[in-house]
Amino acid sequence: MSLPKVDAVVVGAGAGGGIVAKELAVNGLSVVLLERGRWYTPADCRKDDLRNQRTSILGNNTGPDDEGNPRVLVDAQGRERILAPSEGGYNNNAACVGGGTATYGAMAWRYHPGDFRMRSVYGPLEGSTLDDWPIAYDDLEPHYEKAEWEIGVSGDDSGNPFKGPRKRPLPMPPLPPSREERILEAGALRLGLHPFHIPMLRNSVPYNGRPGCMRCRWCVGFLCEVNAKCGTQNTVIPTALATGHCQLRTESMTKEILLDGRGRATGVAYFDARDRLQEQPADLVVVSCAATESARLLLNSKHRLHPNGLGNRYDWVGRNLQGHTYSGAVGYFEQETYDDLGPGAGIAISDYNHGTPGLRGGAMLANEFIRLPIQFVPSLPPGTPRWGKAHKDAMRKFYRRTIMIQGPTQEMPMADSRVQLDPKIRDRWGIPVLRMSGGKHSHTLEIAAAMSDRAAQWLTASGAIQVWPKKAGQGLSGGQHQAGTCRMGRDPRTSVVDPNCRIHDVDNVFVVDASVHVTNGGFNPVLTIMANAYRVSEFIVKTWNGTRFRS
Amino acid sequence: MQQRDRIKLQKDMGRRCFVRAGVIAAAAGTAGCSSSTSWRFFTAAEAETINAACECIIPADQDPGAAWAGVVRYIDRQLAGKFKPHRQTYRRGIAALDRMAGGRFAQLSPVAQIDCLTKAERDKELRAFFDLVVAHTMQGFYGSPRHGGNRDWVSWRMLRIPSSPVRGRA
Repeated sequence: MSLPKVDAVVVGAGAGGGIVAKELAVNGLSVVLLERGRWYTPADCRKDDLRNQRTSILGNNTGPDDEGNPRVLVDAQGRERILAPSEGGYNNNAACVGGGTATYGAMAWRYHPGDFRMRSVYGPLEGSTLDDWPIAYDDLEPHYEKAEWEIGVSGDDSGNPFKGPRKRPLPMPPLPPSREERILEAGALRLGLHPFHIPMLRNSVPYNGRPGCMRCRWCVGFLCEVNAKCGTQNTVIPTALATGHCQLRTESMTKEILLDGRGRATGVAYFDARDRLQEQPADLVVVSCAATESARLLLNSKHRLHPNGLGNRYDWVGRNLQGHTYSGAVGYFEQETYDDLGPGAGIAISDYNHGTPGLRGGAMLANEFIRLPIQFVPSLPPGTPRWGKAHKDAMRKFYRRTIMIQGPTQEMPMADSRVQLDPKIRDRWGIPVLRMSGGKHSHTLEIAAAMSDRAAQWLTASGAIQVWPKKAGQGLSGGQHQAGTCRMGRDPRTSVVDPNCRIHDVDNVFVVDASVHVTNGGFNPVLTIMANAYRVSEFIVKTWNGTRFRS
Repeated sequence: MQQRDRIKLQKDMGRRCFVRAGVIAAAAGTAGCSSSTSWRFFTAAEAETINAACECIIPADQDPGAAWAGVVRYIDRQLAGKFKPHRQTYRRGIAALDRMAGGRFAQLSPVAQIDCLTKAERDKELRAFFDLVVAHTMQGFYGSPRHGGNRDWVSWRMLRIPSSPVRGRA
């Protein structure tokens, strides 16, 4: 049965979808916002170090549920494994209102201007689909600013000479520095580096009607108990709902985009909270499910004119899956470094994002978020016995006297690192699930190894008496920074969406999340997702006021 | 002031429990002073074996070890839930440990137990079981008490992390 028609349906209430829903609603469009997960509040904060989005040994705290949401992972030897969302290799992102922004660490990076021009800066790379974005830093700059002020960012990057130009400072000051930050600042200056306070989507002072951070140790991976983290669930989505033009439907799993005889979208089919199949007609559809699930929705939306899935005429949907290759180092200090102050991460350098001879890019390096004891276990130095009294001694020796530095190495995208539909396995609604395969480019691992060396140098210069590397993982990269599967570009033969993030083939379907990222920067991606969502929303509203998407 | 008294009381109780538990654990193989004999997955004999193995992985010294912390209770609870797929591995692994011990693993001397586990760690068949026990012991000792282990936040007190958050639920 068909529901009353609306102007726009937005699938996914995360960083991208939340912003599009709000922008369309405040501009008078009627919007249905569909979210497969639930809406959590600060009262749902459970300080469970074994069950959260960061450490999911006993499950995820903000979805998806382990039951009924499988994926298939194909490893380098061609072996298949069926995985649940809490298992490593699933490349999970949260399923809830706010998406990853409900539980993230909340680093609020603008990408470096060079991150949008990787092909021009570094030239082609064998085995990689490395390319330029069709838009530049300057196109996003005003939207970065809007995200910083509307969602809320604290920090101070005025000490970073490598950043792109900004017109307006951040709206909130940084949190006072922790012990780690003071130690590392001195070390960075000793090396002639340029340390600064990480921009964070976290209130350092009361802002937007919510309080400042209380600096607890339950941060990344957890819902914020005092609502000091700024996500779409406590900013733009409530604003969208307050307009009266936006309906949010939670626990609603979208099955496919519905298409008419000409192959244009007429709305979506979804399973509602009681698992009833519903049809929601709309003049335009915005897909914002994160890189893995957005690709899945397009691939599951088949039509006579789109036999391989929507936007997939040239077999680009699902390819170039990338995240970040984290690497770094851990340093042991004579003095105690642990001061029990969250969020932990606070100081960064951007000296190595670009300009290192022989490397195509690099990473921002920062001190790591505060580590709970179970999270610290894998950080012990190599050679530590894995069990017995010596292991316990090492925990006592190192826990309060170590600092970890790491960074998100920008990955060299590869066409064969991808998601497809699995021919057999289906989820609990009967929808085909993702089949993931591929790995990392060897140059990505070279860059990551170099970043690990740089992190070690910084620790040594800061006074560490023993330093050991935190090496990069080898497997397929996606996870919470997943990107790239619906590449943005001018040429329909080598991309999925145009520079306005509209699918080349269909004039009323947009993809608005990190799927459209051509490359993923050497930084956490969320502020770029947000800025791009504001930018695309502006285009949608402008086009709406002209054609209303009725061709 | 009250807070500090409460923590001190917890610590004192902890020490008493620890001493007593050492005796009991050695004699009867229970998981500590609030001993629970109603296991969800293990038989009493299996619990005794795995408890002894966990205690080798994180032994008591100046701070309590895995047995006192209730690591077996953590593993037992998870084997009734999220860890169901590991049930066979545990059942077979425990039987193999007892066989290696020539009877009851828990009745070996601590040195002989460590020797036995070192062999298990190098054994092709037992390696997967051993790896699971190590990982689960770390979780049960260092993870949240809400899942049955880390009794009274014993590992957090060992690392001198204040166990009671100022506000909210733990």
